[in-house]
Amino acid sequence: MTLIDLANPTKFLSLTARVLPWLAGAAAILLLIGFYQAATAPDDYQQGATVKIMFIHVPNAWLSMFVWGVMSVAALGTLVWRHPLADVAAKAAAPIGAAFTFLALVTGSLWGRPMWGTYWEWDARLTSVLILFLMYLGLMALWRAVDDPSRAARAAAVLTLVGALNLPIIKFSVDWWNTLHQPASVMRIGGSSLDRAFLIPLLVMAIGFTLLFVTLHLAAMRNEILRRRVRSLQMMQASQQAA
Amino acid sequence: MSALAALILRDIKIALRVGGGALIGVLFFLTVTVLMPFAIGPDLALLTRLGPAILWLGALLASLLTLDRLFTADHEDGSLDLIVMGRAPLELACAAKALAHWLAAGVPLIVATPALGLLLNLDATATAAVALTLLVGTPALTFTGMIGAALAVTLHRGGLLLAVLVLPLSIPVLIFGVAASQAAITGPLSFGTPFSILCALSLVSLVVGPFAAAASLRHGLD
Repeated sequence: MTLIDLANPTKFLSLTARVLPWLAGAAAILLLIGFYQAATAPDDYQQGATVKIMFIHVPNAWLSMFVWGVMSVAALGTLVWRHPLADVAAKAAAPIGAAFTFLALVTGSLWGRPMWGTYWEWDARLTSVLILFLMYLGLMALWRAVDDPSRAARAAAVLTLVGALNLPIIKFSVDWWNTLHQPASVMRIGGSSLDRAFLIPLLVMAIGFTLLFVTLHLAAMRNEILRRRVRSLQMMQASQQAA
Repeated sequence: MSALAALILRDIKIALRVGGGALIGVLFFLTVTVLMPFAIGPDLALLTRLGPAILWLGALLASLLTLDRLFTADHEDGSLDLIVMGRAPLELACAAKALAHWLAAGVPLIVATPALGLLLNLDATATAAVALTLLVGTPALTFTGMIGAALAVTLHRGGLLLAVLVLPLSIPVLIFGVAASQAAITGPLSFGTPFSILCALSLVSLVVGPFAAAASLRHGLD
């Protein structure tokens, strides 16, 4: 089974129909374990119980970038390999990525309230995630602005790749801008400085959320394929009635 | 090569003659700058402090609004199809069009900057710093904005969609443009660091912009 076999939407539909329940089950089990471990994890000596927001915040933040990566691969699939399902994958991923980015922003803001005393701080990371969110919304607006899916797909693919090139530059500039304007922020969570009691639930949650994304993404791709079939059937019916 | 030179000359002529929109950009720049004191008050000290930021925002919006027409007019009269089918590589043709657009619409913004700096109570050093950063930074705005213009023409959509797509991409240019101007006026950093990064951003967009715009035109037009 190679990637090109999946180019047939019917094969893709039948394969995903078999895989999806297992994926959803695995995601549910991992998330349940993760939530349980997160709930029973010890409080931080400095941050208290609010440190538990991290277990939801960090996986969302990780996925907000991972989904753009998935869309970039799909964009290459559209422009270079002309894979028929690549634009379906790109279109289905955008709203999910936007949702994860939004959740990362909201949880970050809720975490910031007790830690920094304010819901919003023009902190470098928050600012670059906000810009990422804006770019997701722009991409979704682009998908919605054009009724011809293949035309929208190629435009969105160019924009996704330009965004992928630009995101590191934006991240770097915002970091630079931030150090210019304010001293280093309170938040400091390095992967290595994290205690095992926090690290293991965090990893479980990260894998669980990633599986959740894969499940949602495949389901959204199935919906998109079916939606396109319904649309072409409707068009055929309309043209038959007109004839 | 002469085809590209002819393309540049033609675009500049069209932009400067009746019906071209190049000088409207300067008028827009002036209007935005004049609007600012009404919003934040006529306090000269405050205007001096915000001056570089106001000028940069005005130039950013002005160059964005004029970009809308970069490919649309050519698409409407069919000359864009000739350019796409022409013997010159489409990437170079796109770069030539962007260069012409920058000469016709970007340079007047920089020329107008000293007069607008006077309105915002900027001294000679500050005005020179803003004009110099604009000179180096506006090519980046034009060449990244060109990607949005190419998308807009293939989608038959422009205006707000273009702005929403292009503005996030121009954040780095804005950050380093304003930072370099502020560094020249007050410090604490040296002018050289942000200015060099601004130059680097312009050079990167000079490479990326034409390729992305050409890809979008090639895949999008039919």
